[in-house]
Amino acid sequence: MHFDLPLIWAIIILFGIMMYIMMDGFDLGIGILYPFFSEKSDRDVMMNTVAPVWDGNETWLVLGGAGLLAAFPLAYSVVLSAFYMPIILMLLALILRGVAFEFRFKAQEHERHFWDKAFILGSFAATFFQGMILGAYIHGIKVVDGVYAGGPLDWITPFSVFTALGLLVTYALLGSTWLIMKTSGELQTVSYRLARVMAFVLLVFIVAVSIWTPLLNEAIAARWFTLPNMLWLSPVPLMVTAFFVLLQKALAQKAHVTPFVYALALVFLGYLGLGISIWPHIIPPDISIYAAASPPESQRFALVGALIIIPLIIAYTAWGYYVFRGKVSAEDHYH
Amino acid sequence: MPELAFDLARIQFGFTISFHIIFPAITIGLASYLAVLEARWLMTKQTIFLDLYHFWVKIFALCFGMGVVSGLVMAYQFGTNWAGFSTFAGSVTGPLLAYEVLTAFFLEAGFLGVMLFGWNRVGPGLHFGATIMVAVGTLISTTWILASNSWMHTPQGIEIINGKVVPVDWLAIIFNPSFPYRLVHMVLAAYLTTALLVASSAAWQLLKGNNNAAIRKMLSMGLWMILLVAPIQAVVGDFHGLNTLEYQPTKIAAIEGHWENPPGEATPLILFAWPDMEQEKNHFELAIPKLGSLILRHSWTEQIPALKEFAVEDRPNATVVFWTFRVMVGLGMLMIVLGAFSLWARWKNQLYENKLFLRFALVMGPAGVIAILAGWFTTEIGRQPWVIYGLMRTADAVTPHSVTEMGISLGLFVVIYLAVFGAGAIYMLRLIKIGPKPKEAMQGDAFSVNKGEVEDFIIAAEFHPPHPTPSERKDD
Ligand code: HDD
Ligand code: HEM
Ligand code: HEM
Repeated sequence: MHFDLPLIWAIIILFGIMMYIMMDGFDLGIGILYPFFSEKSDRDVMMNTVAPVWDGNETWLVLGGAGLLAAFPLAYSVVLSAFYMPIILMLLALILRGVAFEFRFKAQEHERHFWDKAFILGSFAATFFQGMILGAYIHGIKVVDGVYAGGPLDWITPFSVFTALGLLVTYALLGSTWLIMKTSGELQTVSYRLARVMAFVLLVFIVAVSIWTPLLNEAIAARWFTLPNMLWLSPVPLMVTAFFVLLQKALAQKAHVTPFVYALALVFLGYLGLGISIWPHIIPPDISIYAAASPPESQRFALVGALIIIPLIIAYTAWGYYVFRGKVSAEDHYH
Repeated sequence: MPELAFDLARIQFGFTISFHIIFPAITIGLASYLAVLEARWLMTKQTIFLDLYHFWVKIFALCFGMGVVSGLVMAYQFGTNWAGFSTFAGSVTGPLLAYEVLTAFFLEAGFLGVMLFGWNRVGPGLHFGATIMVAVGTLISTTWILASNSWMHTPQGIEIINGKVVPVDWLAIIFNPSFPYRLVHMVLAAYLTTALLVASSAAWQLLKGNNNAAIRKMLSMGLWMILLVAPIQAVVGDFHGLNTLEYQPTKIAAIEGHWENPPGEATPLILFAWPDMEQEKNHFELAIPKLGSLILRHSWTEQIPALKEFAVEDRPNATVVFWTFRVMVGLGMLMIVLGAFSLWARWKNQLYENKLFLRFALVMGPAGVIAILAGWFTTEIGRQPWVIYGLMRTADAVTPHSVTEMGISLGLFVVIYLAVFGAGAIYMLRLIKIGPKPKEAMQGDAFSVNKGEVEDFIIAAEFHPPHPTPSERKDD
């Protein structure tokens, strides 16, 4: 039987990045929302809602990198060299916030504020640079003979700054709806308010990016606005609208779990929209997944593991979330 | 690409990975140690094991966090800085790294939450299962990454088609000639490093006059480990060296500071020297005749290849590897001495009192970490100028960034690493200074609350101490 290996791998990597955006999204969101809460006990609770799971969430980012290296080494080399600075800055930011989880509780009273700031700065900067990378990636990368041929600052454009801001709002929405689900009392009340605002701002960003992206690139415009594609793709914007309305309703009714679910759905649709714009290029605007693929011997070998193990990973990750289900509250400290 | 930018890229890689390796080395050892402690607790129900578990798990969590964030950097650096390498050989190192993520990183991350925060959320059996999973995960991780690294030292199982590596035989790639030696040597190094850390913390407490059953147990366990493993490590290292002689003779010549082979003269063992790459000779040489041949060839006459037999541009820097190698072996010898000393002290019933012995154990605390770094410097710098031995030169592997870019990124790495991991080291020392207390496990630990009684998420108290530093106020 013949498998379209590059296609399968592209799907696996897209899936991994989606998992990353949705899962690390909400815990980065916690850091982005930190400035809105100044009470130490609130901050403790916020961090504790994600402490048992953040490491697993971030591992999807590692899978994205490793999967890309395994299946599309050319894309891995070119994309990472092209975005050298924002990637290094993102990694450093992830270091700052990652250690804050441990250090904050080990630090003495007068040192704690420092790790709070590291957590905020790290979460902000990591998200911001991820957004810049996303925008610059959609914009396209200049490649000559399989090597990055642009300048060191090509990634800074108005569009990439815009997507960076959009990603900050996205993660803040995920974070606030996560807090609604995992907390109670005052903390939850504030999260409701934040979520409503973030949802509106996000909608503005989604609309703006949907207009801006086709303007950047004719191929993307053609993908969305010619028949019959237009018919096939029309459910995407319709569903965005529907989930936005559902989200606002759920927030108004003070639901606990559904806001998070709808927020995830919105993010998923946004991600899907970008994917549709770029497909099947792995280095936009013109290197396809087939041109960048590693030899079939490599893709096949790694695929066997991926297909067997990813379902297991999902199973025990789900179990982990199940073990830590339920609300987190401030009294929990003093047991 | 300017020579300076290339050197900066190399320094940046060496700097970041040197930090990374320290944390996994400790977590590999501690994860297994914690699994042993929990098993002993489940078997004997002696709380002393649970106390020790709760003490060391804090240090484990700290190191693990630092290992994860510094590892994340490594996973991306092959693309950001070594694009030539990744394009050429990503078809081999990529799948190996992907398997590491799939089989190890997710396993560790997935069960870490339960291990750290799950005491009152799952039963003791399941909790033990989580600890085991994390420990196994660290070992699986070591296996994959060392397969990848060893393949870069002794590549096989591939063909080169259109200027790119194409894998032909995956078993040959994974089980490449240097892999078994490197794997065993590295795992033992991690265990030794941890055992030294544990024993040295106990010695510190005893020297300060803190003496309780948990502290004594710690000292004793650490030293049995050192007594057993240090000699094995020396033997394994010897085999590792013989393997290197076969596959990377230039590296061994550099390690030995061995410049030429006068006809008929067996290779000496040089104890002390300053190899000079320019003048192609050693200064201040102190050597034992014939011993080099004896160790490396197990013969009185047979020579080993000498540096001058290789082209100048193919020689690694002997000045560096000569010394890093001697630091590692020297520390290894001291570890054997420490093990023997402990046996004598046990026999004399002075293990917990002998001041000289305790001071020795105390200063040996960082010896494992230093030996690991020295060992890796030897291995990696000895491989130069190749990044994949015989197939790709490091100079062809690098991404051509400008000096400005490399300068900024390296500067940022240095500043942030020193600040963040420096703080981490301080927090670790603070915990070690407090030391394990009797009833450590009961200090508000969630496990003392009956499982099932509490609805909400309960945080293990150690992560959320009501006081700024855990338990310090209690009896200090
Ligand atoms: C606690 C750590 C530790 C200790 C006590 C030793 N080593 Fe080691 N050594 C390492 C930790 C290490 C390491 C960091 O794990 C290395 C680097 C790469 C590797 O596989 O292991 C290494 C590499 C390494 C190499 C280089 C292999 C190559 O060429 O790639 C040799 C020849 C030895 N060792 C030999 C020894 C000998 C003869 C020892 C005698 C006491 C010894 N080591 C003690
Ligand atoms: C973990 C402990 C390690 C340490 C302390 C270490 C240290 C170093 C150092 C000092 C160099 C620079 C050598 C020189 O240029 O003179 C280097 C090079 C390199 N190492 Fe390692 N290494 C380690 C493990 C690994 C592993 C596990 C891999 C691969 C999976 C690896 C891959 C490389 C590569 C690609 C280079 C090329 C870049 C260069 O030569 O500078 N290393 N390493
Ligand atoms: C250049 C090569 C290396 C790369 C690319 C790399 C990558 C990584 C990454 C991405 C993580 C974080 C995993 C997570 O998110 O949970 C990690 C952690 C880890 N690495 Fe490395 N690593 C390298 C070298 C090594 C070496 C040489 C060893 C062991 C001998 C090692 C052992 C571990 C272990 C046990 C962990 C998990 C425990 C911890 O985080 O402390 N790694 N590594």
